[in-house]
Amino acid sequence: MSSAAIARPVRFSSLGPYMVAGIVVLFLGTFLLVPVLKVIQVAFQDPSSGSFTMVNFQDFFNSSLFRQSFFNSVYVSGMSVVFASAFALPLAYFTTRFNFSGSVIIQTLAFVPLIMPPFIGAVAMQLLFGSNGSVNLLMRDWFGFDIPFMEGLNGVIFVQSIHYFPFILINLSASLQNIDRSMEEAGQMLGSSGFRLFRRIVFPLAMPGYIAGASLVFVKVFDDLGTPLLLNVNTMLAPQAYLRISSIGISDPMGYVISCILIVFSVFAMWVAFLGMRGKDYSTTQKGGGGLSKRDLRSHEAILCYVVIFSILGIVLAPHLGLLLLSFGSVWSFSVLPDSFTTSHYGTAFTSAWTFIKNTLIYAGLAGVIDIVLGTAIAYVVMRTNVIGRKWLDYLAVSALAVPGVVLGIGYLRVFYGVNMPFTDQPMATWWGIIVIALAVRRLPYALRSCTAALQQVSPSLEEASENLGASKFRTVRRIVVPLMASGLVAGFVTSFSTAAVELSATIMLVSTENDAPLAYGLYLFMQSAAGRGPGAALGVMAVIIVGLATYLSHRMVDRARQQRSSMEQATGDVA
Amino acid sequence: MTTMQSSPVQIDIENLSLSFGNTEVLKGVNLAIRPGEFFAFLGPSGSGKSTLLRAIAGFGPTPKGQIKLDGQDIVGSVPWQRNVGMVFQSYALWPHMTVAKNVAFGLEERKVPASEIGPKVRAALELVGMGDYAERFPSQLSGGQQQRVALARTIVVEPRVLLLDEPLSNLDANLRVQMRQDLLKLQRRLGITTIFVTHDQEEANTICDRIAVMADGVVQQIGRPDEVYDNPANSFVAKFLGTANILEGEVVASAEGKSFDCGADLRIPVDADEATGKARLVVRPESIEFAADGANDSLSGLVASAEFLGGMVRYAIDVNGQELLVDERHTRGKKRMEKGENVALKLDPAQAVLIRD
Repeated sequence: MSSAAIARPVRFSSLGPYMVAGIVVLFLGTFLLVPVLKVIQVAFQDPSSGSFTMVNFQDFFNSSLFRQSFFNSVYVSGMSVVFASAFALPLAYFTTRFNFSGSVIIQTLAFVPLIMPPFIGAVAMQLLFGSNGSVNLLMRDWFGFDIPFMEGLNGVIFVQSIHYFPFILINLSASLQNIDRSMEEAGQMLGSSGFRLFRRIVFPLAMPGYIAGASLVFVKVFDDLGTPLLLNVNTMLAPQAYLRISSIGISDPMGYVISCILIVFSVFAMWVAFLGMRGKDYSTTQKGGGGLSKRDLRSHEAILCYVVIFSILGIVLAPHLGLLLLSFGSVWSFSVLPDSFTTSHYGTAFTSAWTFIKNTLIYAGLAGVIDIVLGTAIAYVVMRTNVIGRKWLDYLAVSALAVPGVVLGIGYLRVFYGVNMPFTDQPMATWWGIIVIALAVRRLPYALRSCTAALQQVSPSLEEASENLGASKFRTVRRIVVPLMASGLVAGFVTSFSTAAVELSATIMLVSTENDAPLAYGLYLFMQSAAGRGPGAALGVMAVIIVGLATYLSHRMVDRARQQRSSMEQATGDVA
Repeated sequence: MTTMQSSPVQIDIENLSLSFGNTEVLKGVNLAIRPGEFFAFLGPSGSGKSTLLRAIAGFGPTPKGQIKLDGQDIVGSVPWQRNVGMVFQSYALWPHMTVAKNVAFGLEERKVPASEIGPKVRAALELVGMGDYAERFPSQLSGGQQQRVALARTIVVEPRVLLLDEPLSNLDANLRVQMRQDLLKLQRRLGITTIFVTHDQEEANTICDRIAVMADGVVQQIGRPDEVYDNPANSFVAKFLGTANILEGEVVASAEGKSFDCGADLRIPVDADEATGKARLVVRPESIEFAADGANDSLSGLVASAEFLGGMVRYAIDVNGQELLVDERHTRGKKRMEKGENVALKLDPAQAVLIRD
């Protein structure tokens, strides 16, 4: 089936592939490996003598503030997984088991949270769910009590689980959809039914997907900096790392110790996901076979499903609604809705935040370009050449996933502060270009996945046909491979671009002057003052629209490529 | 485990119809399958054979009509209460359970005491020759081994009937031949009424007591494989089972008696009680022989093409514009006739079957 992915032996006499691989290794070594290793090294170094020591870790665990932060981070991440699962499980179950029109709503609206960074919605959530927010004002009026949705850690858990639950939904739905109907029928045939059948057959088969999604949520929440900062919750690990470095300075070892802990947890979560998935490729659908059988809902069941769906969607879309209200509201405080509405925030946002927008377009655009160039190079070297150790290139690029933004930021500050730029003599760590590089390194795994998928769709025989007709390797790549990969590359670019456009955790460490700051940083500044909230929200709405449009476009692009491919397969009977 | 506790079951299917939305897949199927019989549903894809099998197991839309096991109608009852065993085309082994766990599943669901489950699982695995693989996971087994485990998982619960949905289609050619003999032995040993769905006539012919040839949601013919082959009820059956020359023509009466006339020089005598009028004549290629030139009653024709098939050579012979396929046994060194060569054919009227459809 996947014959297209088979690397054919290439009689490459030239050193071309090795040079390409070398450039990639140099880039990733300098901007990923060295900074991360440096961070780890400093964590184990005595600040005065420079010798190896465990004393920094001892200091860390002797401080009650850090112990508390550590506990809070684990607690918040764990609880976010619990709540995200509570949102995702019913939605995944409904869409895969029942025939009803609500599935379409779920599939579209449930992914909306992902296109907005959680910290943007955090302020809006406070206005909706905070102690004097809309919901609690109403509850107090009607029932005489309120619920501390947004108090301290609750707020972080609430905002994060709303934001990240689609990761569980996507993975769980995918594994549910990959279960062949016969798996379930075999159980029924042997006398099992109902909840027993679900517990013994269906759920275990969907488990790898759930674990993948859940561990992703855990690690994303564990590493996130923006949300706790904006909600003023500083007793968590990522905010502590940021605060230590930004207030005490880059020589303070605590920031590095925290970074190590963040890395350990990231790697651990990825390892758990790997264990969950290893040897458990349970996707069992057969050619011509269908997924799990779906049944029609009786009308009262359908109503119940809709009630559940709309309650969940109501909660998870609340940040967007709140942000929209905030961006159009003139004054909004101690009231259910803003007192009056205005469009002036958008004007303010445009005039005072134009630099942020411009910077974002440049940074995220450049990062996207770097990513697809690197992604294509890595994908090609890994899949189509026999460069020794080519798999490691892939691992190296993907390992960026395990490096939290804060850690990369701290690493860059430490490594590149001492390196001066040519001509300007400015420290490299404060150059705007370093932000671009940080974004590119962080988003490379996503772009690489798109590039790999795109290259998989180009059958090696198409390349061989070109070479057979006299085109050199380089010309073949340029004239055949890249054009055929184009839509996949665009999708990769858009993914990199749109996620880089709203990333905060690495950028916040690296922005040296407001002139160089991107949108996410600008938002963060705006949201910190009461007067800035309106324009901040307007800016946030614009960011959501930009990211949303970009995501939509990339989906369209991927869909179109898939259609083209399937029509080509039909025409040629080829199963490339 | 080696003998069924209860006696084999008779299956009666009466007026069974089934639709997917507006598409009618089964159109009034009638079948009686005898207790202990090894029965095949044979037909091309889309003929409704798998749908019929799934309907017996209780999967898919509820059909109209009746499916009776020993006289008791099971239409409308849920699959998990039917005790009808099915081996899926994909085997459907659960990848998260070991072989032993897979096989134990049905016993556990039937609340068989834990102390009996172990021995029963072992016995079932021994029966299919998989005794050494109990602790493996399905992904660690070959296709043939998975097939055996799927079989063990189904028979361990001692189902009333055994349904096999294209069980050999995912195996390679050699294994398929071996496995079908093993299946037959197992079926005989258990004595369980078994239905085997396949599109491969060789599979059905070699192991099944009787076959039902299906097309377009209708049973075309039921009978022993050799009977159906020799006396096809219609041209679909004639073509689907083996290769057939099907001649268009009509039965005419003359002074010498009745004969089938398909124009030009081709006339074949038929029984006197055949009605006159339009008909088709089915002649298998192996029933036509080459005759010495000028022999009595011979047809003369020209060799149009020849295909070497190993044990025989299949010639296409042009007899006055009508092409006939003729098989000739090949032996070592035998000279092949060339294209354009003049030949004489001898057609034994007893080998020809008249059909009217």
